[in-house]
Amino acid sequence: MRPLNAVVAACPPSGIRRFFDIAAEMDGVISLGVGEPDFVTPWRIREAGIYALEHGYTTYTSNAGLPRLRQLICADLAVRYDVQYSADSECLITTGVSEGLDLALRVLLNPGDEVIVAEPCYVAYEPCVAFAGGVPIRVPTRWEDGFAIDPTLVEAAITPRTTAILIGSPANPTGAVQPRAVLEALVTLAERHDLYLISDEIYDRLTYDGTHTCLGALPGAHERTVLLGGFSKAYAMTGWRVGWICAPRAVAELCVRVHQYTMLCAPHISQLAAVEALSGGDADVAEMVADYDRRRRVFVKGLRELGLDCPEPGGAFYAFPSIRRSGLDSETFAERLLYTERVAVVPGSVFGPSGEGHVRCSYATALPLLEEALERIGRFLGSL
Amino acid sequence: MRQILELLERDAQLSHDTIATMTGLPVAEVAAQVQAWEAAGVIRRYKAVIDWEAADEAAQGPEDITAFIDVSVAPARTVGFDDVAERISRFVEVRSVYLVSGGHDLRCTVTGHSIRSVSDFVSQKLSTIDRVQATATHFVLKTYKRDGDAFLASEPDHRLPVTP
Repeated sequence: MRPLNAVVAACPPSGIRRFFDIAAEMDGVISLGVGEPDFVTPWRIREAGIYALEHGYTTYTSNAGLPRLRQLICADLAVRYDVQYSADSECLITTGVSEGLDLALRVLLNPGDEVIVAEPCYVAYEPCVAFAGGVPIRVPTRWEDGFAIDPTLVEAAITPRTTAILIGSPANPTGAVQPRAVLEALVTLAERHDLYLISDEIYDRLTYDGTHTCLGALPGAHERTVLLGGFSKAYAMTGWRVGWICAPRAVAELCVRVHQYTMLCAPHISQLAAVEALSGGDADVAEMVADYDRRRRVFVKGLRELGLDCPEPGGAFYAFPSIRRSGLDSETFAERLLYTERVAVVPGSVFGPSGEGHVRCSYATALPLLEEALERIGRFLGSL
Repeated sequence: MRQILELLERDAQLSHDTIATMTGLPVAEVAAQVQAWEAAGVIRRYKAVIDWEAADEAAQGPEDITAFIDVSVAPARTVGFDDVAERISRFVEVRSVYLVSGGHDLRCTVTGHSIRSVSDFVSQKLSTIDRVQATATHFVLKTYKRDGDAFLASEPDHRLPVTP
């Protein structure tokens, strides 16, 4: 047979997959390995989805997505972050941030262009850069710095081929929130070297200490920022697959062009449910965020009491404790913890080399289970 | 501080320790505050939320009967409806009493072991109170939700055990 695409074939499968396969076979597992909310979509949103289905909204929408939804997204960004995007020409609805990221990279990159990625980072960033013909360039971050990006390291990594810097804040897997000063420094770098900024802000509403800084709202950032957001995390809508891109007109136009040929449109029913999510007020989001925050405090304190250094996660729903004192590498730690105590965590190494020595624990899990998991992890540490 | 009450209202079994961690307050402060609320009657007592229909089925026990009773009362000078409402509230059979707008004045919840015992209570005790002019009794046939707790089958967790 003829060889398959070399870039795709060279991309290793996600390290998360292996743990899924093991955990799925076992009984009595407490999973802290889940990258999605443990809430079900709020009923008012589900009800809107049911209504949409009953009334036959089962067709395509325009490529860019329902105008009403784009208007609501732009209005919401204007209110929360004081940033202006045109619903007509600078916003499109995607099937989740996953598609948004893919579109942004395809539109921004020419073959061989480099994208600077601060790691540890979400597992899809580097493969998506490669699939778009680009070359991911890693910049490490350290837990001693709270996983804040060091702009001098970013600048040192810039070459004539550098096209964009890709940032996720609040971050999966670290829960880190990039300080405003860091984001401002990255904007300055982008201006100086004429780079684009791709900002994955899917966790923007899930911050616990202070408010979220929207990258696109920073001075000088708007014209070179591709802002990615969605409904999955804040509204517990992961399975609906609906997100959005806000970007300067020229970029947004080309994103729509790729989207119209590859995806056509995001699911109509999901878009209508998202309209309800944004137009129905924030009470349920606030309640879920308050609940994550309470569990975050209990879980992080518990990890620290077990002797695991854990940087304070300021956002998302992940803790990323250091497991160095166990003497094990993160993969062995996660595997042994799963086999002996039936607690599933994700080894930090799957998120990049700087994730080694850590494991990702999702606290989007019921409080009694978190407490039980802490007990089991303590027993595991004691057995080493 | 209000946050502590909201937490306890949702889960009265939370320890002071856990509440302190969740709110970022010192444990001693949480304990002192809860004690003060208990003493002042802000926190009346702690109790479980029970789905009696499920419980009776499981324990094969007798089903309690609940009825909403709308009561029309002739108001009196200086006290309005208060004295009648207080008299009604004192009966152990009465679970709740509200002054409401609309066609009647008071809405009460009454429980008993049988339809007979509830209707006897209404006709012999409630209706005979001075200035009670009329009552309308609505027996509860099935409880779907009470005080924010929906008695529905819990939704299974459909998430995969490990996801990105």
